[in-house]
Amino acid sequence: MDKQPVILAFCCHYCAYAAADLAGSMRLQYPDNVRVLRLPCTGKIEVNYILAAFERGVDGVIVAGCLEGGCHFLEGNLRARKRVERAQQLLTEIGLEPERLEMFNLSSAEGARFAEIVTQMSRRLAQLGPSPLRPDPETVEQHVQQMTQQAEAALAGDAK
Amino acid sequence: MIVADRKSVPEIRDMIQDHQRVLLVGCGTCVTVCLAGGEREVGILGSALRMSLKLAGRGDVVVDECTIERQCEDAFIDLLAQRAGDYDAVVSFGCGAGVQALAERFPNMPVYPGLNTQFIGILEAQGVWTEKCAACGQCRLGEFAGICPITRCAKHLFNGPCGGSRDGKCEVNEDLECGWQLIYDRAKALGILEKLEAIAAPHDWSTGLDGGPRKVVREDQCIAGLGPKA
Repeated sequence: MDKQPVILAFCCHYCAYAAADLAGSMRLQYPDNVRVLRLPCTGKIEVNYILAAFERGVDGVIVAGCLEGGCHFLEGNLRARKRVERAQQLLTEIGLEPERLEMFNLSSAEGARFAEIVTQMSRRLAQLGPSPLRPDPETVEQHVQQMTQQAEAALAGDAK
Repeated sequence: MIVADRKSVPEIRDMIQDHQRVLLVGCGTCVTVCLAGGEREVGILGSALRMSLKLAGRGDVVVDECTIERQCEDAFIDLLAQRAGDYDAVVSFGCGAGVQALAERFPNMPVYPGLNTQFIGILEAQGVWTEKCAACGQCRLGEFAGICPITRCAKHLFNGPCGGSRDGKCEVNEDLECGWQLIYDRAKALGILEKLEAIAAPHDWSTGLDGGPRKVVREDQCIAGLGPKA
């Protein structure tokens, strides 16, 4: 477990999250070290969400939104890409490899593409090695679960 | 508003190298609007700084964040005063006035700037701010159709344009609009072109960066015996 990279995937409800679901329905194999966190749109992503994930020790972050031109909210995915670029700039300043973070675009019909993205990112992170900010794997797992629960609660309208 | 942008993470990390407990203080006024030093930006920088310190082998340094409504007014710093005692340094994410207001309020605590204060300007487009005012202390916008030749002309000419004005652009930078073209066009639209025929008098720079810090005093508003807090 401790040698497997932990990947947090911020997935848009309208595309990547459905694609991940489809990948499961299609019985596609992909690394099980990805933790999917659903967003109403990748336009919801903020730079501090991404940095908070790295600060809590995840090895890599995927932001997965709709195909360009296909955003349910018109331009949320375009805004997300710019925020991801800003976060990559900050990662460079911090001293972390910016390749640990990437934005992908896919449609809800692309279950195979989702599996491919996770596999590609998992391989890349295995080559880069674990994040130097990583505490023990159980703590990372707890942090990721907390973030996921908070996000789901916010989506359900339970957030205070 | 006052426009600023952030310093790099390594620069801030190096500034606080001698401290163990550091408070990052945001400002809820101008720098929040220009997305440089408000609550969200301070949160981002705080996170980045903690990671950077950890990678530099200084993970034991405590970096916390808080944002007050306005750093340049002592009454608002009251909200910060109790908390500040728990730290041995402050990084201000306010403009230069905010940094100095904190330094005056906390004479025994090092205060560092987290931002580079740039200018007085306006939002030109989403994410783009442009300088409009040099705070020269002697406003003459009325003579120039409401467009400032000090900030808008690269040469600060009061009797322009110069020979470097081409197709409405400045010779200094082809992306830069010629300030005097803007003045001419607006004066023409307002029907006051004849105003530009007069030779503009030299500017009185004594009201600008001259003779130490400037001060504005409103005697009717002053209360005897009540100065700034110690």
